[in-house]
Amino acid sequence: MRNVAQGPIAWRSELWGSPLRALATVLLLGVLAWAGFHAFEWGVVHAVFRPDADACRAVQHGACWGVVAEKWRPMLFGRFPYEEQWRPAIAVVVLSAVTVLSAWPRSWRWWLVPLWLVALLLFVGLMHGGVAGLSVVPTSRWGGLPLTIGLAVVGLALAFPLALLLAMGRRSEWPVVRTLSASYIELVRGVPLISVLFMASFLLPLLWPAGWQPDVLVRVLMGLTLFVAAYLAEIIRGGLQAVPRGQTEVAMALGFGRWPVQRDIVLPQALRLVVPALTNSVVGTLKDTSLVTVVGLFELTGALGLALGGDPVWRPFYLEGYLFVAAVYWLLCFGLSRYSVWLERRLGTSSA
Amino acid sequence: MRQEGASRRGAWLAWLVQALLVLAVVAGAVWVVNHALDVLRARGVRSGFDFLTEPAGFSISEGWLDFDASQPSWRAFLAGLINTVRAAVPAAIFAVVLGTLIGIGRLAPHVLLRGICTAYVELLRNVPLLVQLLMLAFAMANLLPDPTEPVHLLPGVWLSKGGLSVPWPVAGEGGWWPTHFEWPERGDFGVSGGAALSPEYVTIVAGLSLYSAAFVAEIVRAGILSVSQGQVLAGQALGLSSVQQLRIVILPQALRVIVPSLTNQLLSLTKNSSLAVAVGYPELVSVANTTIGSNGRAFECIAIIMAVYLLLSLVISFGMNRYNARVALRGWR
Repeated sequence: MRNVAQGPIAWRSELWGSPLRALATVLLLGVLAWAGFHAFEWGVVHAVFRPDADACRAVQHGACWGVVAEKWRPMLFGRFPYEEQWRPAIAVVVLSAVTVLSAWPRSWRWWLVPLWLVALLLFVGLMHGGVAGLSVVPTSRWGGLPLTIGLAVVGLALAFPLALLLAMGRRSEWPVVRTLSASYIELVRGVPLISVLFMASFLLPLLWPAGWQPDVLVRVLMGLTLFVAAYLAEIIRGGLQAVPRGQTEVAMALGFGRWPVQRDIVLPQALRLVVPALTNSVVGTLKDTSLVTVVGLFELTGALGLALGGDPVWRPFYLEGYLFVAAVYWLLCFGLSRYSVWLERRLGTSSA
Repeated sequence: MRQEGASRRGAWLAWLVQALLVLAVVAGAVWVVNHALDVLRARGVRSGFDFLTEPAGFSISEGWLDFDASQPSWRAFLAGLINTVRAAVPAAIFAVVLGTLIGIGRLAPHVLLRGICTAYVELLRNVPLLVQLLMLAFAMANLLPDPTEPVHLLPGVWLSKGGLSVPWPVAGEGGWWPTHFEWPERGDFGVSGGAALSPEYVTIVAGLSLYSAAFVAEIVRAGILSVSQGQVLAGQALGLSSVQQLRIVILPQALRVIVPSLTNQLLSLTKNSSLAVAVGYPELVSVANTTIGSNGRAFECIAIIMAVYLLLSLVISFGMNRYNARVALRGWR
């Protein structure tokens, strides 16, 4: 079961090594060929690629990729004003570039922090406007991919410090701090994200003083941050537990104070150990941002409904639209999970 | 001496700080609740759980508990909870069965089978569940034939825009214990008899189980890989067939690694069932959402959702931990 053979020669014996295997090979090849043939016919041969609704309706057994050619801008940018859509496009590129740079272990230096601050300022400046002569675009018109990536990145960035505090709090010597942290973590992990988002959109407005209502985007971001922090905290706690106690004792014996031990010795090792698990959490958060469409924000998933729902001409081709959106998510998430595998090998923290 | 004095001062300080922390948390909570009540009063919204005994004002289209608009709200929440369980339990069973098969398939000594199983896992777990659910819901509502021309999937299983019909055990005359299966039959106006499952229900159960199966497969694979190679060789030496090796030697030991992660997965499956609100299946969150819309008691309804999910999570954790104690090595917890 375990030593799965590798290479073409092993494949040949796997495929044709015994009569039973040969039979399985023929059956599976048959199924694959049948499915592949139909998918190819539907998706390529009979498909319409031009943004031509009449041609799409005329074709019987083919995909209408024309819906993507026609609607890709509202799908990717939501209701952002049409002429200004270069702004969210640049904003996404900036955020992605900084993310990709931070993904490279060699760039894990102190200057990443100011770089991230600059990138986030640029992102908000480009999206919101009101600076450098850009017109103001209210958050209610933000949408699509920039919102998906922005929510995930900013949510994770805000959740991380909170998670660090919670994880250290849960391991604190002080029973009150320990109990409070543990209750928070278990309470939040016990409820669905959707109820946290409902809370953010229905309850938070009741707590604000009259006259100043925070934006729904800000409220949802708060909910997402509080939710993600509980999950990150447990991952970080795992890392903290894995650092041998002896390290702390040696450092204390060398005369390090309580905080320097944590900051300079325990935390760097703990975080290094859990980087792969954190990456998995990033994938989860990216997928979870799709839920904000339930409380009325039009990120990638919601923007599709916005682009097609109100348009009777293109509405019949929702499936192709969903496949496009799913492909965007898939590329982002699959890329991240491949990166996680690569990082695991490079850091030598592989559990296998 | 000095050391002792310092540590005693340190202990006092620690208790002082903790007492202040408790005070701050309590004061914060009291302020938040009072403030929210003030705001609610100012807006003329009543608060409290008294609405639970008043008529709900909406009806629930499906489920095991019949519910109409004149019945009290608490019954609506109960019907929603039962609907959550009605979706989550079958989804969990399908996910575990399918996930185990795919997990074993990912390690199969046959490159095509391995490839198909790997493709399944990588495709499904990297697309948000909500997108998959909406896609399924669209396919159910638009791509399937009308109820008058259902597709015959298997003997006794019919699928159409109207949903899925499957054979269902029914009680004989005057008894409550099921005695025989009632088979759905095709008539002129669609399929009748058996259990008619609504398209929303089929969407949520199928979506949840297909998505979760991808994660269960990874858990099963990791569990099997954790069993040492020597065990397999020993099984071979004893002359066990490969199916016997898997059933008698590998899986029982893999369970020790699998069960704790599987518990996490079942918990997240249960919480994910709340996404049914997006495809129109009336489970707990959907009922609470409708109630908030009709009476504005957001506080109370969200408190109920959270309490119920915490309770469900506790029940699942308890059950799985009992099971874990059975499969674990003796002397280990």
